[in-house]
Amino acid sequence: MKRCVIAFLSGLVFGIGLIVSQMSNPAKVIGFLDITGSWDPSLALVMAGALAVFGAVYWSIRGRRAPLVAAQFVVPTEARIDRPLLAGSLIFGVGWGLSGFCPGPAIVSTTFGNALVWVFVVAMIAGMLLYRFLSGRSVMTDVRGSV
Amino acid sequence: MHIVNFTPFSALIGGALVGLAAALLWWTLGRIAGVSTILGNALTERGSDNGWRFAFLAGLLAAGLGAVVFFPEEVHLDLAAGGGQLAVAGLLVGFGTQMGSGCTSGHGVCGIGRLSARSIVATLSFMVSGMLTVSVVKHLL
Repeated sequence: MKRCVIAFLSGLVFGIGLIVSQMSNPAKVIGFLDITGSWDPSLALVMAGALAVFGAVYWSIRGRRAPLVAAQFVVPTEARIDRPLLAGSLIFGVGWGLSGFCPGPAIVSTTFGNALVWVFVVAMIAGMLLYRFLSGRSVMTDVRGSV
Repeated sequence: MHIVNFTPFSALIGGALVGLAAALLWWTLGRIAGVSTILGNALTERGSDNGWRFAFLAGLLAAGLGAVVFFPEEVHLDLAAGGGQLAVAGLLVGFGTQMGSGCTSGHGVCGIGRLSARSIVATLSFMVSGMLTVSVVKHLL
């Protein structure tokens, strides 16, 4: 229960951050990706702000054996830069560029009252299930005791 | 190229909130705040350890609802495409993020923050293909 409350708060703050930074507005995202036209560099600062805060916390607590309210840190242990990583990321980028939506902002903006966002999110879920069905993968994070 | 619509302060503050949320999830639950993996696992994983994923996703929705109800003037949604293009894009985003094990949050924020080589390569890959796609769609088609 405690873990769910914390996860909810994390999702809430995460979503507020996406709205404040306007990552949840596809036109803003397209403006960032449009480097050959009229470029809006704002999203680089969204990433910079996020990286600064997350990085500071991550590296300052590194070496601890366990998080505060769970038994272990859970991180992907795969280290190889393999073909699925590259191909999947390139495919994701095409969809990102076509729509201006990545998964987090798309979920947040389903509440904004435009049914077309739901078209995107339903298709996104279908794409997720399709890959997991085809690849036989269900859970992608491997457990490691400490980092 | 010329610079337009630059909003550095809201971008930095919003970004810092995203980083704070990711840091909270990591410090307390020891989990990566990667939205595509959280959603994908919430859909397919069976077991008792799934509640936090639905709670995180509910938090995202609560943020959107809260903004719509309390700060409607802060809510901007300018769609860049019609239904057909959004459906194709959604399929690609869903499929690609599962195949590539992450998206803008898991790779772009948490992965780069951890200095994961995989995440740095993934982020460069989707940035480049996203930029190429926008160039083609906006300027060549």
